[in-house]
Amino acid sequence: MAIEHADVLRAAHLARLGLNSDAEAAGYVDDLTRILEMVDRLQAVDTDGIAPLSHPLDTTQRLRPDEVTETNQRDAFQACAPETADGLYLVPRVVE
Amino acid sequence: MQWETVIGLEVHVQLATQSKIFSGASTAFGAEPNTQACAIDLGLPGVLPVLNEGAVAMAVQFGLAIDAHIPDTSLFERKNYFYPDLPKGYQTSQMAQPIVGKGEVEIVLDDDVRKRIRIHHAHLEEDAGKSLHEDFHGMSGIDLNRAGTPLLEIVSEPDMRSAKEAVAYLRAIHAIVTYLGISDGNMAEGSMRCDVNVSVRPKGQEAFGTRAEIKNVNSFRFVERAIEFEVERQIELIEDGGKVVQETRLYDPDQDETRSMRTKEEANDYRYFPCPDLLPVMLDSAYIEHQRATLPELPTEKRHRFENSLGLSAYDAGVLSATRPTAEYFEAVLAVCGDAKQAANWVQGELSGHLNRENIDISNSPVTPEQLGGLVSRVLDDTINGKAAKQVFAALWNNEGQSADEIIDTRGLKQVTDTGAIEAMIDQVIADSPVQVAQYRDADPEKRGKMIGYFVGQVMKASRGTANPQQVNGLLKQKLDEA
Amino acid sequence: MHHMTLTELAKGLKAGDFSSRELTTSLLDRIERLDGEINSFVTVTRDQALAAADTADQARAKGESRPLAGLPLAIKDIFCTQGIRTSCGSKMLDNFQAPYNATVVEKLRAAGMISLGKTNMDEFAMGSSNENSFYGPVKNPWDRTAVPGGSSGGSAAAVAAGFAPAALGTDTGGSIRQPAAFCGITGLKPTYGRVSRYGMVAFASSLDQGGPMARSAEDCAHLLGAIAGHDLRDSTSVARVVPDYLAELDAPLDGLKIGLPKEYFGDGLDAEVESAIREAIRVYESLGAKVCEVSLPHTHLAVPAYYVIAPAEASSNLSRYDGVRFGHRCDNPVDLEDLYKRSRAEGFGDEVKRRILIGTHTLSEGFFDAYYRKAQQVRRLIRQDFMDAFEEVDVLMGPAAPTPAFDLGAKKDPVSMYLQDIYTIAINLAGIPGISVPAGFAGKRPIGLQILGQHFAEGQLLNVAHQFQQATDWHRRHPTDQETT
Repeated sequence: MAIEHADVLRAAHLARLGLNSDAEAAGYVDDLTRILEMVDRLQAVDTDGIAPLSHPLDTTQRLRPDEVTETNQRDAFQACAPETADGLYLVPRVVE
Repeated sequence: MQWETVIGLEVHVQLATQSKIFSGASTAFGAEPNTQACAIDLGLPGVLPVLNEGAVAMAVQFGLAIDAHIPDTSLFERKNYFYPDLPKGYQTSQMAQPIVGKGEVEIVLDDDVRKRIRIHHAHLEEDAGKSLHEDFHGMSGIDLNRAGTPLLEIVSEPDMRSAKEAVAYLRAIHAIVTYLGISDGNMAEGSMRCDVNVSVRPKGQEAFGTRAEIKNVNSFRFVERAIEFEVERQIELIEDGGKVVQETRLYDPDQDETRSMRTKEEANDYRYFPCPDLLPVMLDSAYIEHQRATLPELPTEKRHRFENSLGLSAYDAGVLSATRPTAEYFEAVLAVCGDAKQAANWVQGELSGHLNRENIDISNSPVTPEQLGGLVSRVLDDTINGKAAKQVFAALWNNEGQSADEIIDTRGLKQVTDTGAIEAMIDQVIADSPVQVAQYRDADPEKRGKMIGYFVGQVMKASRGTANPQQVNGLLKQKLDEA
Repeated sequence: MHHMTLTELAKGLKAGDFSSRELTTSLLDRIERLDGEINSFVTVTRDQALAAADTADQARAKGESRPLAGLPLAIKDIFCTQGIRTSCGSKMLDNFQAPYNATVVEKLRAAGMISLGKTNMDEFAMGSSNENSFYGPVKNPWDRTAVPGGSSGGSAAAVAAGFAPAALGTDTGGSIRQPAAFCGITGLKPTYGRVSRYGMVAFASSLDQGGPMARSAEDCAHLLGAIAGHDLRDSTSVARVVPDYLAELDAPLDGLKIGLPKEYFGDGLDAEVESAIREAIRVYESLGAKVCEVSLPHTHLAVPAYYVIAPAEASSNLSRYDGVRFGHRCDNPVDLEDLYKRSRAEGFGDEVKRRILIGTHTLSEGFFDAYYRKAQQVRRLIRQDFMDAFEEVDVLMGPAAPTPAFDLGAKKDPVSMYLQDIYTIAINLAGIPGISVPAGFAGKRPIGLQILGQHFAEGQLLNVAHQFQQATDWHRRHPTDQETT
């Protein structure tokens, strides 16, 4: 399946990756085209009736007891934050 | 043209776990910003989720309460989108294989009409944080305390046909989750939130109209008003030759209208895929049966029992089973006094009146059900009359005594049934009221019925309310009519 | 001292030949002297290392004897280390001091080991050459014109160059085994779920696995014993007893059945690599092993399936780098979109962006079934290939990479770079363990023999590798300091 310029722009938007120029986008179109050509080998295999495999081991989810085990570490966590005030993370105004 | 409204609800219920769905951080409401957001809730590099057993148990209990199929395997998936209150850039949720399958809820409408609303499924997911828009130099502040709080999203089929039905459905869900104790159901604090899908179609048409989704409606009243506004908007739009567009709208309670959320965002593409950090959740039948054994009697069952076994009216049964604290209170009163009708009258009458007046929740009632049961018992065995009972209730309410018996004793409210004593009081009243006695005796027998009230009042006053009113009445009649 | 194994160093410490402080100081000095050129470390934690060495020396003086106590190692900069920069090779995390320790870091600390610092790597572990690092490429200590392999290139180079006797790496598609092969050291990728991923910055969650890189299989056995085990913080870690890997090392290989996947000896395999591998197989035959050819018929689909699954998971895992709570944030964002788009555009390098774009595209509406679902179905076929092969043989052997280390800057095209991992990637898709052991040279550049086993057969792999290292001395070769500098 070919990938179009518009597909790359769409993926970049969904992934919130800024592209600086048309040339940059075109570069990704080329790269992704080649990668997807390689990936397209998958299409030749008959996988009818084969269950998808998400995890390499056939194990199931362990459940954690419903207990509070974490303490307040806000200061430590916010030490690596770009911008905070009054314990809140700051971002450009969110428009609803 | 005649229009029919079609409504489906997605109800988000915050589960009453101690800790978050995938972390050991507390879910308590109202903490300082970000003090309950641990490394996992913040989505720090390298952290991993582990599923909370309590959230699973609560979801299963809900499923069993609505007679739903509980699949043996459910899966968590990632719903990918960017938003500042969504720390990881995805919400861990369920789509293809939710924990609760198809089920049903009975709703009760006016005139005791009952209707079953089908539930498509219910799934577990994590809540997001909150964006605060107070002015931080033109910026928004993000509080992630709520991020990771377990949510059960309950998705109905589009089975409701009016705002009233939608509200009744929402109340039924509210009753179920609070009965189960899996949520506090507090809509003001956001413990229960609701997205409403509304469409209209010409009556008789089978195909659904285009629907609008009204996001985040957070009270029963707003649900009703939002739907009413939206239905009217859609009908007017179509009748004016327009078309309803599928979109997300917000209900603004101040303006009482719904508004389109005009985002520049093209149609969302959430790119769901199985969360690779979580494994399939497998629940065997032993686990499900164990959860079933923990289920309390549910609101619908209780309502039926109140009506059928206790002989309450449909209305009383509905009111008394509406919330678990009310039902528990009523049943505790009944356990003490043994008379369902009296217990119902007192809970819905004197008690509700006081609670409403002072805006107190029944679970915080200053009068305990044991105290009220004791009071009702004294009414039932004629120890006190109705008037004294109200005094006793007021004393209990004001914490002026430990029990009805104590108050009756200390205040001498025990009903006087000794005929001699009552006669003596009557004789005194007659002697003290020659004018009224003369008027009474001159009056037509039909008018006398009304006039006797005065004498009863005087005798009751003389007895400080303790005389048995029936006896007073009878004896007064005899004595006044004698001459 | 710089080229001794952990096992030898432990003896030296025990005998009092040198203290932990002396050993640590010597390595730190060597790093300071020689790593400028190799660039294997992103962060050297001299003060913390020396303090930990002193603690270890004091404990030893009091008679405490934990086998790994006082021994230094290097940690790939993908593992969170509290209070120390954890960059993952990315500008995005250049300013990120992790506020907590990864589970394996905690385990190593509990064992008394000393971290010398954090090693260079391909950004977010995406790469096979270590050229995709914000901190610049790592050079191969055997030949500075060659890459060290990736993504754990810094760890491999640090061990080869005599900077650290061992290192932690991670392997998502070959990132331990291929650099181990390129740098002439021993590197083990454990079974998925054997080692906790908690605190290991995620690339592709269903494939990532941390493991040891060292100078011998015996050292890897020591380290794996220390880091393996169930972790309540990682749902995908497996609750299974950790065996005594050392106890199994000396088992004889008589009757061992070795399968050679014919697909691992086909077109594209460098002749010198092939001859070194065939020679290694002959060594095994001389040790009593039986060799036969097997087939893994879906091998050619491993790279395509991987380049759907890994980028898809990565595109989601890397969404958390949004400039809000940690990591790089662009200057003066005009609005939220700008904050996201510029922070991410500036913080991520080309290869990371490429994979985010592929992953986003293949998961998006209309493409999911054709790519993601299909790749997961193929993943099952690939795993089944291995399960079928292990019905017939005990272990599989082949090259770790089709060529020896290639020249820096040689592979400009992403697809040709991806095809480097043709022999390693299927192992991650299947979740089985694999080890690369030094097995010869092509000129100055080392060649790695890859040995694969069934799920949780690490003990057997270490035994099989150890027996080879008892019979050969490839693993004892090390570059001279002239080569290194």
